[in-house]
Amino acid sequence: MPLVSFHDVEKTYRSLQGVDYPAVEHFSVEIEVGEFFCLLGPSGCGKTTVLKMLAGFEAPTAGQIVMDGRPVTGASRDRGVVFQGDDSLYGWLTAVENVEFGLRMRHVRKAERRERAMHYLELVGLMSQERKYPAELSGGMKQRIQIARVLANEPKMLLMDEPFAALDAQTRSLMQIELANIWQTTRTTVLFITHDIDEAVTLGKRIGVMRAGPRSQVKGVVEVALHGARSRTDDVFLQYYKHVYEMIRDEVAKSIARAD
Amino acid sequence: MATPPGSDADARRRAVIRGAGGAARRVWSVYGGYAIGFVSLFLIWQLASLYVVSSVLFPPPTVVFSKGLRLVRNGVLLEHLAASLQRILAGFIAGSLLGIPIGLAMGSFRPVRKLLEPYTEFLRFIPSVAMITVAVIWFGIGEGSKIFLIIYTTIFIVILNTAAGVSAIAPNKIRAAQSLGATRAQIFLHVALPATVPYILTGMRLAMANSFTTIVAAELIAANDGLGKMLWDGRLFMLVDEIFVSLVTLGLLGFVVDRMFRWSIYTFAGKYSPAT
Repeated sequence: MPLVSFHDVEKTYRSLQGVDYPAVEHFSVEIEVGEFFCLLGPSGCGKTTVLKMLAGFEAPTAGQIVMDGRPVTGASRDRGVVFQGDDSLYGWLTAVENVEFGLRMRHVRKAERRERAMHYLELVGLMSQERKYPAELSGGMKQRIQIARVLANEPKMLLMDEPFAALDAQTRSLMQIELANIWQTTRTTVLFITHDIDEAVTLGKRIGVMRAGPRSQVKGVVEVALHGARSRTDDVFLQYYKHVYEMIRDEVAKSIARAD
Repeated sequence: MATPPGSDADARRRAVIRGAGGAARRVWSVYGGYAIGFVSLFLIWQLASLYVVSSVLFPPPTVVFSKGLRLVRNGVLLEHLAASLQRILAGFIAGSLLGIPIGLAMGSFRPVRKLLEPYTEFLRFIPSVAMITVAVIWFGIGEGSKIFLIIYTTIFIVILNTAAGVSAIAPNKIRAAQSLGATRAQIFLHVALPATVPYILTGMRLAMANSFTTIVAAELIAANDGLGKMLWDGRLFMLVDEIFVSLVTLGLLGFVVDRMFRWSIYTFAGKYSPAT
């Protein structure tokens, strides 16, 4: 049984002028336990809408999202979210205090939660920065804090909304490698949203390619049969890249044409 | 007069600063500008009152300061100062304590905002100075009317800033807390409240400035003591130097209180920086 399944999910936004915009329609996909699922699509295709609905921040207009046999009705600590920007971090808390926030909300004893928070800070490579405030850290470090904060809370699933999109290219590829390593050790189920084919092929076990919006849905799912560390110069990597690129090329063209 | 960089005088000045050691240089770099600013202000005032508007109606700072010193020695100035400051603090603290929870409630709950907005949006346009008449009729010329006016002038600014702070919280801060398992009450206490602190402090700082305006106006019209009363008496008995002592005291008091407020913001709440 899959951990998460979207059944014919539909989300329609109504503008202030009363015009309906169907962002996603007949969206169906299943995510297995322990899998790294990348949702890839051109900008404005409704990827983030899908994530927000699974996180429980927004309700679907129609259809159902089921996790562990129960319909998703709101936010829950089962689904930890890593946001694209750094505005979700608490600027008045230090790095380690941010990481232990979820544990503090559950009244875990101070010594224990500090120990667990430090463990996850070490996992994301921020061991010596624990007393700094977010404003004192670089963009990459802030995203690491977000990841550690979510992992320390031990959710059943990680939802990541283009978490590396705002980082520079070097930091981004470093973070991708580290995230792949973290996933190898923790084996937490991940839904990873991205518009970057390279990132999707680097990280994803399966890649769901989305159509251009409106009325977006999954065009097809590519299973990436690469194991261990992936290299961008590998022939098989390039074949997957090409395959996904051909799937998404028309959709990108459509989304640009619609924007014009 | 500025010394051109590289000149002998400039080099000597630098040598003096270097020789005085690190601590003196630090103090100079922090307070030097202020010192020069204040000294030049009094210098210009002195020159203007001696050579430009030479008149008993515009006493030079030397006269004002010696008069001020005399009033400090016989205790009159401190008495007025204490009276005004007491009123400001009582009203300011009470107004803030009332305004913060109201602002938090208005920012957090739409029905509360809809219910209270007519009051705040209506009352905040009636200046506290205009309320002096009513305050005196209701509470007499004693402490009651003054404290009422300071509360009145404090509360709306604090409410507006607090409510604005609550609605300025990044939605992702709330969402992150929700998906980390925080309850509604926990989100209010651990996210909304600390995120609003910089706005609350800004509101309080603005309210403090308003309190000075209001207290002087109130004491001008009806009071037995206070810096405003001192101003009024000065006009009544043509004691121009006493008027100036009162004005300078007000300026200094405002400056010192505002600095203390800023200092405490940086010391106790520096990490609640509005940038993050």
